[in-house]
Amino acid sequence: MSTALELVFEKTRAENRAALIAYIPAGFPNSLGCERAITALVDAGVDAIEIGYPYSDPVMDGPTIQEAAEISLKGGTDAADVFSALKVASATGVAAVVMTYWNPIEKYGVNEFAQSIADNGGSGVITPDLTIEESGRWLEAVSNCGINPIYVVAPSTSDARLAKVTSKTGGFVYAASVMGVTGARTSVSVDASALVARVKATTSLPVAVGLGVSTREQAKEVATYADAVIVGSAFIKLLLNAKSEQEGLESISALAKELAKGVREGR
Amino acid sequence: MTIELGDVLGHFGQYGGRFVPEALIGALDELEAAHNAAKTDPIFQAELAELHRTYTGRPSIITEAKRFAEHAGGARILLKREDLNHTGSHKINNVLGQALLTKKMGKKRIIAETGAGQHGVASATAASLMGLECVVYMGEEDTRRQALNVARMKLLGAEVVPVTTGSRTLKDAINEAMRDWVTNVATTHYMLGTVAGPHPFPTMVRDFHKIIGEESREQVLALTGTLPDAVLACVGGGSNAIGIFHAFIPDLGVRLIGLEAGGDGIETGRHAATISGGSAGVLHGTRTYVLQDENGQTIESHSISAGLDYPGVGPEHAYLHDIGRAEYRAVNDDAAMAAFSLLCRTEGIIPAIETAHALAGALVIGKELGPNATLLINLSGRGDKDVQTAADYFGIPL
Repeated sequence: MSTALELVFEKTRAENRAALIAYIPAGFPNSLGCERAITALVDAGVDAIEIGYPYSDPVMDGPTIQEAAEISLKGGTDAADVFSALKVASATGVAAVVMTYWNPIEKYGVNEFAQSIADNGGSGVITPDLTIEESGRWLEAVSNCGINPIYVVAPSTSDARLAKVTSKTGGFVYAASVMGVTGARTSVSVDASALVARVKATTSLPVAVGLGVSTREQAKEVATYADAVIVGSAFIKLLLNAKSEQEGLESISALAKELAKGVREGR
Repeated sequence: MTIELGDVLGHFGQYGGRFVPEALIGALDELEAAHNAAKTDPIFQAELAELHRTYTGRPSIITEAKRFAEHAGGARILLKREDLNHTGSHKINNVLGQALLTKKMGKKRIIAETGAGQHGVASATAASLMGLECVVYMGEEDTRRQALNVARMKLLGAEVVPVTTGSRTLKDAINEAMRDWVTNVATTHYMLGTVAGPHPFPTMVRDFHKIIGEESREQVLALTGTLPDAVLACVGGGSNAIGIFHAFIPDLGVRLIGLEAGGDGIETGRHAATISGGSAGVLHGTRTYVLQDENGQTIESHSISAGLDYPGVGPEHAYLHDIGRAEYRAVNDDAAMAAFSLLCRTEGIIPAIETAHALAGALVIGKELGPNATLLINLSGRGDKDVQTAADYFGIPL
């Protein structure tokens, strides 16, 4: 049976466009605020929601997501909050996945975590620091639960290793556009299109580009060669800078609408 | 007893391995290949040996601590004097090896994390010696505790970046160094300072430090005609401990005892005793013992010693603990400071506060083993950098 995520890509392929995936950490700016942000993003036209599991040592994340994670963790966010945000997102009808560093999964229990993702309507999990070599138990667990294991690849990943990683990936391949941490950038690296081409040479899975996308123009550019555009830090920055919750929700909604246009203008 | 000390993927039993972003895999593979080649390259080995002889000051000597031993149940106490190495600690062994590898890989920039500043100073020293650019990440809290070492690193030409995220200590300095590395991996080598992190670091850093145990095993045999009853070392990340333990691992009659930082006491929750008070998990790219809460979030560690103030530990220690080949105990701040003072006053040696944890362990273990026992202790570093902290602790006005 296909996951909701796989169905999203069937739909966007049929519409000959890229999908828009929005990232928001669970419990940020607080539990209710996160739920409202999810609703605002979905209403504005995103195709999938990526719920971040805030972690104490986020080595892949730049200052914006670090700050959001710290706020969320200070508010007491735990696994239950992640699953409840996931449930809220999937209930809106879009595809929903979780992105998390590995240790919280291991602590929760590998099988139990995969099962809770499935039970709350999640389509898969992005695991940015889980290598293929350490994935044995995880791949078994996600396969048993019918969810997608989503791996991140980088411009420095060799062709041979890309083939190895994508052969174990489900849902989509997450292509990190640059060498570096998350965060909005003024331009999306030229590495990104080359990486997407190299990934596509190894798999028929959709390829999503993340890291650094924050504008309609960038989304349009990425949409010319990728199957999805992932935006995170740009939304979080708006929420962090907003003077009120309402202003924050309005600003992320406006940006999501612009990005949704961008992903439709690429082809 | 079958002991597996690192498979091709860097596993020690269920510990070790690689939990890192794909962006770093290429660099880790490159480093592993360079290290493997260097291990059997006579030119590399000769170059490193010559540096140790003419620059580090190896072999380091053994000092018998007779007056200190009177407080340890009369057991014979032998100190392996890594504090006499250039830069004042064992850390130089590893950085010279890694700096040579950096040059072999054609990289011009090194980054390092530091807690107490020992590894930062050693890294800055090696970078200066070999003409490499050096950036050291150090928790803001630690730059305050170890201001003297910050000045040292700057004098040596390194840039010191105070880290203001999280607990502002060693753990956060490693996070920041890893973010730098992910971004600049093509030109930069991450000179990790302990036997933690993703493969090949735990194995490679151990290989550069195992000379401590190899030398002291010969030295103790020559001095006493027999192997020691126990080998003691302090454990933060665990580099000096694995360095002195490694040569003794096959000698099953020799007890290997690691002393962790008990801080205010494990029962208070304010400690850095990862094996004694933590649980299995993943931190900074490796599976090992971690101080973590029920959600797998890292818990901040606490110790009077900045160098032991780390919520993880090398995976080889986790494994040696689980199979029972090594034992780990916690020493509280107060016990460590009492041993610190005792060594100063009985032997004329000011140890690093890190090292004082091993000395405090010796006072207890010496009494357990009795007057016929011989204890070998890794005197991993000197205490000049800790004078301010010790003066504050003992109420000596500056």
